[in-house]
Amino acid sequence: MDNSKIGHHISEQFNKELEDIRNKVLTMGGLVEQQIDLAIKAYTTGDMEMAELVIKQDNQVDALEMAIDLECTQILALRQPTAFDLRLLITVIKVIHEIERVGDKAERVAEMAIKLAGVPSQNKFPHYELEHMAELVKGMLHDALDAFARMTIEGVSAITELDENVDREYDNILRQLITRMMEDPRNITRTLDVLWTVRALERIGDHACYICEHLIYMIKGEDVRHLSQSELESKLKE
Amino acid sequence: MTAQQARTHAIDMSSVLRGKGNQDEQNETCIKVENLNLFYGEKQALHDINMEMPKHKVTAYIGPSGCGKSTLLRCINRMNDLVDSARIDGRILLEDEDIYDKAVNVAALRRRVGMVFQKPNPFPKSIFENVAYGLRIQGVNDKRILDETVENALRGAALWDEMKDRLNDNALGISGGQQQRLVIARAIAIEPEVLLLDEPASALDPLSTLKIEELINELKEKYTIVIVTHNMQQAARVSDYTAFMYMGELIEIGTTSELFTNPKKKQTEDYITGRYG
Repeated sequence: MDNSKIGHHISEQFNKELEDIRNKVLTMGGLVEQQIDLAIKAYTTGDMEMAELVIKQDNQVDALEMAIDLECTQILALRQPTAFDLRLLITVIKVIHEIERVGDKAERVAEMAIKLAGVPSQNKFPHYELEHMAELVKGMLHDALDAFARMTIEGVSAITELDENVDREYDNILRQLITRMMEDPRNITRTLDVLWTVRALERIGDHACYICEHLIYMIKGEDVRHLSQSELESKLKE
Repeated sequence: MTAQQARTHAIDMSSVLRGKGNQDEQNETCIKVENLNLFYGEKQALHDINMEMPKHKVTAYIGPSGCGKSTLLRCINRMNDLVDSARIDGRILLEDEDIYDKAVNVAALRRRVGMVFQKPNPFPKSIFENVAYGLRIQGVNDKRILDETVENALRGAALWDEMKDRLNDNALGISGGQQQRLVIARAIAIEPEVLLLDEPASALDPLSTLKIEELINELKEKYTIVIVTHNMQQAARVSDYTAFMYMGELIEIGTTSELFTNPKKKQTEDYITGRYG
């Protein structure tokens, strides 16, 4: 792993502290990726135990978030970092918040899996569209975390670009769900649960994009939040 | 609320967003350094320095020991004239006048450009006489003028309340932090345009240091300040502009907020983040 960006301090201890924070962020990211995987599996197979596991894992994610936050605060207070080091810590504090939120979304999917587990399969909304969307946002999150691990912004605009696909799929599924609800009002409760699930997945894609934006700040020192895709791309070219 | 009311209640974002990070005001230049080279005998200590220091702002020089920051500071009031082997080419303009011009009276220049050193150096006289010294050598002996000037200078250096009842005590008997502020009072008593501070707080405890920093912040209303410091956090706290020097060269100069969060040069980044290059 390339650690040239966070290494090379005269203080070896500082290198270790930053490396430790980076590793913890990656552990947290890995855990959340696993949560999404399991939540989707639980949703499609109706495996309640798996869903319970996802919900339990959220405690670990929360604990990691707080631990990393504390370490960042301590470094800010004790070492008064500047330049890249400062941007790294600010970015970590923001990125772990996004990761924690993704964890919450996975938990949401798991909760819906439990709620919908008893529904006979002919009444269920077809999984394949939802699964496809899940694959898409999982890939985005994975690539965003990978870019963070490698401390690069190469390819991040491809990740944020994918979000448009996610939004399109979300709209698609939403339209179908509305149709189902209109066809038979008895479907409404169940369909809403599906909607929450799809919505949670869509938000995961958003959080992956936010991670990319924070990453661009870390590497370039440039705040690219609240920009359109084309504005972001032109900023990256500067 | 009607739309009309909503519009009038809209927050003026320009005032909200104006912060330290958004310095876009136009600054008048006070000191301009042009193609400055300085040699101590054979050894070149400053290499082709070009920079501008804005009026009524604090400019900090940072860099490792021996990088030339003190040398550059001392050029601004021609202290290097006192070093026999020092030779200079290039220009330094103070309000558009070349201070190295042959016609310049060095004593008059130093009245315009005051200097405070790392170690407080009060004269072995009373507190009052220390501050009044500059006026006395200019031939001012009117007690009323002296009293008024001493009081104003001590107030300006945030020292009046502590010193007003002991103006006749010997200046060597007060604490280091007070001595340093006394020396600043002595420097501002003759109302210079520029204050040069060479490591003004490095011999002081943290509280006295904060007092000096607070003072710098107040003094910049009236004076253009240039400060050399080894303490990067101090530079970050007190200055508006920071210049990073390395091996006699000016590597980078920019607004302090930009230089400490997103420096443009790798050498600057390595230095301020404590990395070896």
